Amino acid sequence: MTRRSLFIAVVLGVLITASVTAAPFRIAVVMPSATTDMAFSQSMWSALQSIQKEMGGASALELKYSENMYKVPDAAAAVRDYASQGFDIVIAHGSQYGSSVQEIAKDFPDVTFAWGTDVNTFGLPNVYAYTAAAEQGGYVNGVIAAKVTKSRKIGVTGPVEVGDAKTYIDGFLQGVQSVDKSITISKTWTGSFSDVALMTAAAKTHIASGADVLTGSSQSVVGSIQAAIDKGSVLWFGTQADQASLASALVVASQVYDWTGMLRDMITKHKAGVLGGTQYTLTLANGGLKIAYNPSYKLPSSAKSAGDASIQGITKGTIKVEP
Amino acid sequence: MKNLFSLTVVSGILNTMVSLATPFLYAALGETIAQSSGVVNLGVDGVMLLSAFAAFYVALTTGSLWLGLLAAAIVGLLMGLLMSFVSVTLKAEQGVSGIGLYMFGLGMSSLLFKILIGTVKTVKGFPPVVIPLLGDIPIVGPILFRNSLPVYGAFLLVPLVWWLLEKTTLGLRIKSVGQNPAAADSLGISVDRIRYLSVCLGSTLAGIAGASLSICLLNLFQDDLTAGQGFIAVALVYFGGWNPVGVMGGALLFSVVNSMQLWMQVLGVKIPSSVAVMLPYLLTIAALTITVNRMRQPAALNKPFERGEN
Repeated sequence: MTRRSLFIAVVLGVLITASVTAAPFRIAVVMPSATTDMAFSQSMWSALQSIQKEMGGASALELKYSENMYKVPDAAAAVRDYASQGFDIVIAHGSQYGSSVQEIAKDFPDVTFAWGTDVNTFGLPNVYAYTAAAEQGGYVNGVIAAKVTKSRKIGVTGPVEVGDAKTYIDGFLQGVQSVDKSITISKTWTGSFSDVALMTAAAKTHIASGADVLTGSSQSVVGSIQAAIDKGSVLWFGTQADQASLASALVVASQVYDWTGMLRDMITKHKAGVLGGTQYTLTLANGGLKIAYNPSYKLPSSAKSAGDASIQGITKGTIKVEP
Repeated sequence: MKNLFSLTVVSGILNTMVSLATPFLYAALGETIAQSSGVVNLGVDGVMLLSAFAAFYVALTTGSLWLGLLAAAIVGLLMGLLMSFVSVTLKAEQGVSGIGLYMFGLGMSSLLFKILIGTVKTVKGFPPVVIPLLGDIPIVGPILFRNSLPVYGAFLLVPLVWWLLEKTTLGLRIKSVGQNPAAADSLGISVDRIRYLSVCLGSTLAGIAGASLSICLLNLFQDDLTAGQGFIAVALVYFGGWNPVGVMGGALLFSVVNSMQLWMQVLGVKIPSSVAVMLPYLLTIAALTITVNRMRQPAALNKPFERGEN
């Protein structure tokens, strides 16, 4: 073989290999808090990593993230940046990002934008919206909480009275009251998703007033859980992510957001040329919401049965939980 | 509403007030020293964050809370040196360099947390230490004399800082540099050296403020743990009129109202939660407007000193 022929053969081989090897699917996500927040952002990041593993690793699914984007203009710049870099799906994981998505999506008609928690796709063909029926898991947690409280006082440590933080707590109250209306439930709102010190103070206030069961939402509930640990005998019910690792003896159960089903559907649709237009809601029925019982906590069987019965009832539609 | 004034609730409010005030006291008293010399350090929150991480990480890995406290103090000192170099030696605009320090602390603490720890973990922080006899006094005992050592330290710092600024030669030099650096310079006082010392001392105390959060009061570290408490601390310096006792008054006022609004919510007092959350800020601003006339800001505050120019 002459040198020239060899050279042509090598070049052709490289070109053929490059065309046969599929480029990875690319997803970027912008989040308002850290991937390690044990709550909202971590739930999405964990789901994406799970999907990546399922698809065969980074060579099949490329992931990029921007975290702590609590300033909306910064988040908008990141979303636009990812879209201009040619990512297939850009997820704006925060209800505060809606207006940014609405504006940016029009400039990138070939990119899929997904945002939540909300239901509005703005009538745009390349926008998905997603939310979680957090009140459902809240109800189940409330039923179990009503069964395990000894002091018959329950404390709810909320961040900001909006979105799934509010709906989770609304569902929790309904769950408790479905078991026993005489149980005292007190609520506090700190006005912040991230003020751990104030959340800790709120939890300690509930405990000082006699609560032996606590629940709450947002990344700052790590403070509430620590207050429960400090007291030693206060039980915790979590949401958004499995929080059992923080207090294995005190966390009873957590409502877990599982975004993997939704992400699989989005990827499939995008590959089929459908870039948006669907609104997703995580529910107990579709498996997007799961109740993770902490195996390290010995939950009385009557409480577990009541919890399971609630899950069944909500799934089948016999129990209606109002957000 | 009458439940709000029951003994249990009042004790609970004051107990929470003491805990909430602790980081404010360390940070604001440190900033009082720095500002008395004429330097505004808006990076206090960033110092608190990076020091909180350092304290937590060292305590988590070594098992020693005192080593954690030392680590926080060292980080605070180093960040103070950085701020001093930028604002005193390079004479950069203090407000901007302080914000830069804040962003550095915020970003670096977040990065190191992700790399070195990765997920939220907890430590067993400084335990309560009961002062014999005093801790048994009814009502007052549990509020004042059953706290952890860093909490006691925060309140003991008030008379110490007052004594430093009002009764020592060093304090006189610090204040003279803050009031009239040219005059102090003409008397042979090294303005730069005094400012370096003041800013570093202030930043070290801000570091201990961070440690008080991560290894004493909250016993964990998470991104943006301080949630802006450093900026509140800077505001408290103005509120307190650059007087340690006034700063303590401001810290206690802010903390007691914060504690009270939580109890109001727990007891079901019919007040919108958004209004309850605003109360500490509203009342502090109201108190500030009443006391504004007695404020005597250091005359050379936020003004770099250049020999011959002033």
